[in-house]
Amino acid sequence: MKKIFSSCGDFMVFLGAVAGAFPEIFRRRTRRWREFFYYAEVCGYQSLPIVLMLCFLMGVVLGIQGAIQMRKVGTEIFMVDLIGFSVLKELGPLMVAIIATGRAGSAFAAEIGTMKVNEELNALRTMGVDPAGFLVLPKLCAMLIALPLLSVCGDAAGICGGMCVGVTVLKIPVAAYWLRTMDVLGIAALLSGLIKSAVYAILITLAGCYCGFSSSGDAQGVGRGATRAVVMSIFMVVISDAVLTLLFSFIGW
Amino acid sequence: MDVPQKSIVPAVEVRDLAIGYDERVVLENLNFAISPGEIVCIMGPSGCGKSTLLKHIIGLYQPLKGDILIRGESMVNTTAERKKTLMRSLGVTYQGGALFGWMSVAENVEFPLREYSDLTAAERREKVLEKLSMVGLEKFGTFMPAELSGGMCKRAGLARALVLEPDLLFFDEPSAGLDPLSSAELDKLILDLRKRTGATVVVVTHELDSVFTIGDRALMLDKEQKTLVADGKPAELLRQYAGSRVGDFLSRNGTAHR
Ligand SMILES: Nc1ncnc2c1ncn2[C@@H]1O[C@H](COP(=O)(O)OP(=O)(O)OP(=O)(O)O)[C@@H](O)[C@H]1O
Ligand SMILES: [Mg+2]
Repeated sequence: MKKIFSSCGDFMVFLGAVAGAFPEIFRRRTRRWREFFYYAEVCGYQSLPIVLMLCFLMGVVLGIQGAIQMRKVGTEIFMVDLIGFSVLKELGPLMVAIIATGRAGSAFAAEIGTMKVNEELNALRTMGVDPAGFLVLPKLCAMLIALPLLSVCGDAAGICGGMCVGVTVLKIPVAAYWLRTMDVLGIAALLSGLIKSAVYAILITLAGCYCGFSSSGDAQGVGRGATRAVVMSIFMVVISDAVLTLLFSFIGW
Repeated sequence: MDVPQKSIVPAVEVRDLAIGYDERVVLENLNFAISPGEIVCIMGPSGCGKSTLLKHIIGLYQPLKGDILIRGESMVNTTAERKKTLMRSLGVTYQGGALFGWMSVAENVEFPLREYSDLTAAERREKVLEKLSMVGLEKFGTFMPAELSGGMCKRAGLARALVLEPDLLFFDEPSAGLDPLSSAELDKLILDLRKRTGATVVVVTHELDSVFTIGDRALMLDKEQKTLVADGKPAELLRQYAGSRVGDFLSRNGTAHR
């Protein structure tokens, strides 16, 4: 129990360090474009195929399940609403977050942990470069841009997956499916999903980097840090999902 | 022990210092001063806390007790901002080189220049090349650190530490893992550097040859007593402590030498 509290304290200190380094984004010299583009490519662009594939499949699965239930009450067309809302508000951002946890979160932890082992973190500090700013901010910015964009792509793929089922199994014409989708889905649904994925991006990056910084300085420590990053990310993502869903339901999104 | 020019502010001064990790004391009762322009070798058995001492002096860790003064300015009781500036004014190399893995060797060396100088890209390139050729790596600028040998990584780390031309340098075992010839070249490099820039150099080393070649002074640490056990000119120490543990260490036939 004491350990949990002390690591919560450490996490707060880490958050403080990152927040304190935040102004670095606005200084030309400490604006790390190169690192930003690197992470945007690795976490964003390179995740695109797997995001599209998994979201499409989720759309198909959801479509089949939905079709079975909707058929019972003879309201097949409502399957469109089911797919649209659940993909946009929940599944898209969530699938993207899970993929990002595996690809980015654990990689961040391993990378920073390895730098610790190699004394690169010490080298940075003696050069007067703040590791929190130098290592976390580019990742944070890249993830903040990559995850919402990925979840838009994932949303599209998921709706396509659902449409495939709707058109083939329920014999809903493509045009009707499309019109219904456009009709029911508002900007609020999309926006709530985007806000969620931005929040997930922050949480996954912070969890990954924190686990890297706090890993013990040996090879096994790096491995444990990466594992811990995954567990911590998923935990925080699910909790924030619950909180955000509740909040959005209050304002009627 | 004679400290030349007493009136001059020491480059490094350590007062009643105790260091360690968490509650565990590694070294205590440390008191010494290093004059500007001196080359000081820190010696002692493996695990006695040489790297730990170096890391405390350069400000990476907070000492358990005592004070560390860099050019007369406290590193311990100061603001975070001032400490950062002080740390930045030191040139440091680490036991493993500590190069950034995602940057090429040349970019690694260029990194401090990018951060702290207003030189143009061409001027920076020139400086990087100069430092790389100083350590004999001019042909390896485009290599990634993972493609270098351990000794080459160390030399690249040295080039990076030198690029801002600091007047206070700390090297952690720069010659460990180098062949005797490169090791001798490194000694020459350090002597040259001092002659050209008047820099103060603190070297942690196990190489007795280099202690006698470059060291104006040797500090000997001990694992059992957890403190400084000898301090003086290497040759004098050898005479003074003949027959004791320190003398054994210096004349290489003791059990203390690894
Ligand atoms: N990060 C750390 N946390 C806790 N204890 C440490 C840490 N690093 C080193 N120590 C301990 O401090 C003592 C001194 O270690 P240090 O690395 O300073 O030795 P050293 O004199 O540099 O040895 P070597 O010649 O092998 O490099 C060792 O007993 C080690 O167990
Ligand atoms: Mg050491």
